[in-house]
Amino acid sequence: MARDAENRAQFQPEDHPNESFLLTSIVGSYPKPKWLNRVDELAEDDDSKFTGDHLHEAHDDACRLITEEHERAGLDTVVDGEMRRNEMVEFFAHRIDGYEFNGPVKVWGHNYFDKPSVVEKVEYDEPWLVDEFEFTDEVADRPVKVPITGPYTLAYWAFNEAYESKEELAYDLADLVNEEIEKLVEAGARYIQIDEPALATTPDDHAIVGECLERIVDGIPEEVRIGLHVCYGDYSRIYPELNDYPVDEVDLELCNGDYEQIDVFADGEFAPDLALGVVDAHDASVESVEEIEANIKQGLKVVPPEKLTISPDCGLKLLPREAAYEKMDNMVEAARNVEAGLDDGSIDVPVRDAAPADD
Amino acid sequence: MTERVATTTGLFPLPDWAKSELSELKGHQKHDLISGTEGSEVEAAYERVREEFIEDQRGAGLDRIVEGQGRWDDFLAHPLAVHDNVETGGIVRYYDNNNFYRDTKVVGDLTADGDVAAELDAATGLLDADEDLQAVLPGPYTLARLATDEYYGDEAEFLAAISEFLAAEVEAFPSHETLLLNEPSLVTDAPDEEFQERASQAIDAVADATDAEVVVQSYWGSYDEKTYAHLMDADVDALGFDFIAGDRDAHLYNINEYGTKESISLGLIDGQNTQVETVETVRDRLDWVPNQIPGQEFDTVYATPNTELAYLPVSKYREKLAVLGEAVAETEVSA
Repeated sequence: MARDAENRAQFQPEDHPNESFLLTSIVGSYPKPKWLNRVDELAEDDDSKFTGDHLHEAHDDACRLITEEHERAGLDTVVDGEMRRNEMVEFFAHRIDGYEFNGPVKVWGHNYFDKPSVVEKVEYDEPWLVDEFEFTDEVADRPVKVPITGPYTLAYWAFNEAYESKEELAYDLADLVNEEIEKLVEAGARYIQIDEPALATTPDDHAIVGECLERIVDGIPEEVRIGLHVCYGDYSRIYPELNDYPVDEVDLELCNGDYEQIDVFADGEFAPDLALGVVDAHDASVESVEEIEANIKQGLKVVPPEKLTISPDCGLKLLPREAAYEKMDNMVEAARNVEAGLDDGSIDVPVRDAAPADD
Repeated sequence: MTERVATTTGLFPLPDWAKSELSELKGHQKHDLISGTEGSEVEAAYERVREEFIEDQRGAGLDRIVEGQGRWDDFLAHPLAVHDNVETGGIVRYYDNNNFYRDTKVVGDLTADGDVAAELDAATGLLDADEDLQAVLPGPYTLARLATDEYYGDEAEFLAAISEFLAAEVEAFPSHETLLLNEPSLVTDAPDEEFQERASQAIDAVADATDAEVVVQSYWGSYDEKTYAHLMDADVDALGFDFIAGDRDAHLYNINEYGTKESISLGLIDGQNTQVETVETVRDRLDWVPNQIPGQEFDTVYATPNTELAYLPVSKYREKLAVLGEAVAETEVSA
């Protein structure tokens, strides 16, 4: 069963201008400032005077910069843009005992990642994200969302040389993610997003993801908002099954496919909150405010406004930074406009109008 | 006596230098990918990639040399992705993998294009006189499943148009010893009753365009019985079976119930795992399969990875090629 998503209100800013509240957020990754890419290279160069401490400071600077950029765009919840992370699987695989690396592999076009191999039982060592969260939380005026790559993706987007099955590996990893979330919650985190893009790869495994999520949320208090992000797949193969997931919110890429798949979810029974992708993460042309407003209205076919979160389709890291910023800026403006339209009754809520009267 | 041939299903991982060089030259977005009209710097980089792929295969002692398809940004959808009458749209998932290609929308006549022939011409120029070229294409059914038809408006007509398009490509190929058609969709997304025969006829039409040996390779599963029975009517030299991710009992059932072609292709090396098989394991697999098919002496047994190799890091791809070459060479000696 979906968790009780009453924990949304804590993210509404005190000076929120409208009666309606569409929670705005981003999925996680964001283009790095160019100088950060340069210092990453410097830090890898043994001949350079640039040390690990210098790199840490550079990461701090970048996190501060991007967190503040998110706040300037007006997002209700912010992320540090994953400035410290190189890639969503690699980053965690470096922190979990049991993985090794053999070189980059292709994802699509000229986008690659260092797909790791699991060569022995995975174990929790040092905390993965607590320092990163504490820093961003200190810098930010707005609440901070923490994206964590989910155990299913950590298992399925690695080569498995050690476990009988990837399912067993995923469950072991889910226990580690749970341990990490406990530490994050202790540090003050209230919004966690589990990224499971691999679910779209192998949608018939939705029950394995469900079992992973059960392990992940075990013992996590209800005031902590738990989201799940899925992207680039045939959603008819995971819906309505995802209604049973123990999460508050499901974040979906739908803009890239021009909302062709929105009807999959528009049965009036969508259980968690919907975080709707309203800007394309792989197209540098910036959607206009009007276009994004139309996209947001697509979400109202699935959930009423009080269950609708607005976000980009996916991580924005591959976009030029200006495009990423303008997309967010327009996205927030569009969300506020739609809220105003909802308040004055000029925007309909199809899912509510279509809902059968049950009283 | 059975000839054993070490070869691959193509689509190699770009060398690491080419990954960075080409992403610098081309970019990371949808519209930056290959269009068939690349500039001279990009072309030169791919030429070096091709040389390296051929050297990799030579070093591993493979019996058939493929071009390696470094330019195939869109995996098996490539021949359409570069076609003038095809538009590339949003990125879509490539089978059940963490890989994507651009939605290839056919919006006009699938006229002969010659993109693949040009690659093979270039590869031929790099081969020694005693080296044999293997051409690799998607099978027509697979290519039709990967694409979106916005022009023909009829599934049967679309499949026929794709097979004519591929046949025209093949006619433009330089001399090749083998044509390998990758047909994963035949098993992952098996044709319904109406299309089982059509899929087989479409393959036949492509195979007709060459005098070379034709291998139809499926992977990620096994043929359903009726698809297989119809496929046996296609005039090809070998059907390929994935003995890693496919169901070996289902393969053997089909083979023993319906027979198979005079040659056979066996996917014996895992193209999607970094764990490198030992030479002994591959040799055992290579001996084991024919032993399960009593009463048939094959003309040729092709030993291949079960899938394309672009899923692997370069170091592991090279190790696997070496194991494949060595395992086949050893069995040749012992046979």
